[in-house]
Amino acid sequence: MTTAGPAVDTLKDALHRMMLIRRVEEQVIDLATSFDDLIRGHYHVYIGQEATGVGACMALGPDDYMFTTHRNHGHVIARGGEPGPVIAEIIGRTTGYNMGRGGTFHVIAKHLGVLQTSAVVAGGVPMAAGAAFSIKRRGTDQVSLVFFGDGVLEEGAFHEALNMSSLWNLPLIMMCENNSVHPEGRRQGEQPSSSFAATQLADVARAMNVETHVVDGGDAREVAALLTGLVGRTREGEGPFFIESRLTRWPGNRGQFPELIGGPHQMAWTWDPGTADERLQDWLANADPVSLLCRSLVEEGAMTRAEVEEIDATARQEAEEAREFALSSPIPSPESAMDHIFA
Amino acid sequence: MRQMTYSEAMAIGIQEALAEDERVVLMGAGFGGLRGDPAVWSPLRENFRDRITNPPIAELGYCGIAVGAALTGLRPIVAIGTGSFSFEAFPQIANEAPQAHYGTRGQVTCPVVFHMRAGIRGAGALQHSIAPQAMYWNTPGLEICVPGSPADVRGLIKAAVRSDNPTIFIDHERLHPVVGDVDESGGDVPLGVADVKREGSDVTIVATSIMVPRALEAAATLADQGTDAEVVDPRTLVPLDKDAILRSVAKTGRVVVADETQRSCGVASEIAATIAEEGFESLRAPIRRVAIPNVPIPYHQAEEDYITPTAGRIVEAVQEICR
Repeated sequence: MTTAGPAVDTLKDALHRMMLIRRVEEQVIDLATSFDDLIRGHYHVYIGQEATGVGACMALGPDDYMFTTHRNHGHVIARGGEPGPVIAEIIGRTTGYNMGRGGTFHVIAKHLGVLQTSAVVAGGVPMAAGAAFSIKRRGTDQVSLVFFGDGVLEEGAFHEALNMSSLWNLPLIMMCENNSVHPEGRRQGEQPSSSFAATQLADVARAMNVETHVVDGGDAREVAALLTGLVGRTREGEGPFFIESRLTRWPGNRGQFPELIGGPHQMAWTWDPGTADERLQDWLANADPVSLLCRSLVEEGAMTRAEVEEIDATARQEAEEAREFALSSPIPSPESAMDHIFA
Repeated sequence: MRQMTYSEAMAIGIQEALAEDERVVLMGAGFGGLRGDPAVWSPLRENFRDRITNPPIAELGYCGIAVGAALTGLRPIVAIGTGSFSFEAFPQIANEAPQAHYGTRGQVTCPVVFHMRAGIRGAGALQHSIAPQAMYWNTPGLEICVPGSPADVRGLIKAAVRSDNPTIFIDHERLHPVVGDVDESGGDVPLGVADVKREGSDVTIVATSIMVPRALEAAATLADQGTDAEVVDPRTLVPLDKDAILRSVAKTGRVVVADETQRSCGVASEIAATIAEEGFESLRAPIRRVAIPNVPIPYHQAEEDYITPTAGRIVEAVQEICR
């Protein structure tokens, strides 16, 4: 990576956002498991992918568009979303960003350029290409960035949108978060999968004449540096771009219902992964983006452990306050179900 | 006032919509189909060349691009072509566009028009004859226009483009050559306002799209037989002008609903159910539906004619309830 990474002050902000995502998602899991009636269906959390969301969003400007997925909580907070309205939306309260209409699957935040959140695999990619089409038509220098998981490459919608974004040179950045890579495979290697025939995801986009990049999605600095460059080039008309962000799945992310193994994250685990539950140790040592950034900042002398823990304490408190804000917020009136079918 | 074909009126309406608002863009321009008259459609392609994007054969992708463009400040009209091709794009048309406004409690709008030619066109066979309006009527959040006359297609396409909601706009290839009067100084045809195409006192024929000219033909035949039929054209299914339909039924006491979709859960079914539920006291005879039987569409003309709802079938249905 030849581009310079963000300055330390910005990295501190990034670390705070990453920790805020982690602590908010822990609250979400706790709300889902402690109450029968708050998050009634299945849901998806962003623990373990914080560096990709935050690193990418650091590169965006205020007028850019961002599209996300069923795993949207972290993306919205990475984009600058406040934890209170995010949790309120997730539990369906009127103080949520869409006043409780969408819930965990559809956190939408218009003021952040998040206009529609599709919980259908690959649903967001054509729409993000459409936002890019609109940008080009209107002649602005905005960028449309779409996050999606590796399963999206199995869907036809992705290939159609990829083709058109390439044909029409759309200002689109496709950020594929491949969260099924073993730690050693994050920086290189193939991606053998029983449900996808290509062994390198980026090959697919390259075949459509789209410039591709592979990045260690657990490294916030690497993601931010890459995206800062690509966002700038996209504004200059060089889009689209496809990025495979290689990530390792958090061990608690199993099936449709996540589990906080050993309870909420403890900073002691970050400094000494051996003190954590055995199932977490390898992930904490080699893959957890929060722990990796904390340790590297301390090793480089940029921050002390106490300073890092102070940031975490702040994030934890913000997440707790957000939970209380959400829980004390009103539920929608039943008859409001009939509102806003048509403009 | 000038006489023109349905397709010419549609081409004029689309050009007027483009001229009125620079946010209007076309995703594809094949509104006229394979037999589209170049004299009708060439001016649109030439006058608005820079507003037309010709997409690859990728209905799902380009309908999604239109949805994303509509969320971010454009007002696209998508020329999907044959109505059944919209099934390729169903996830974006039915599972993204109609949810945008509702899902944000009104913060976001998605002003996109999905245009398609649908219905039994003649030798369209199994996959090119399907009319999907009833399926889209089962998708709350979509407006549905089914104009049955030249004046209505011009006025409704303009209203559909101006609407802030996603709109399904369905025409019928057999309507394209139909000639009618069009007031070229006229404005939009408002969504949700039915039109009484023929006044009458003995029976109401509710007809949509291609069934409007067929209902008028049936009414002329019935007049020769001494039955005075009123023809009511809802023009849009969503919103539906229930009041106009119920008003006519209250006057005549008898009703035939004619529509070229399948009989089960079709357009005629929903209109008939509405009349049964809200206009029962007015009825002096059972409601009759003239629709396609519950079969796919066959190829040979003999079989195709057998399942097509025609003016003759409307006449027969009226005769049954006016004995």
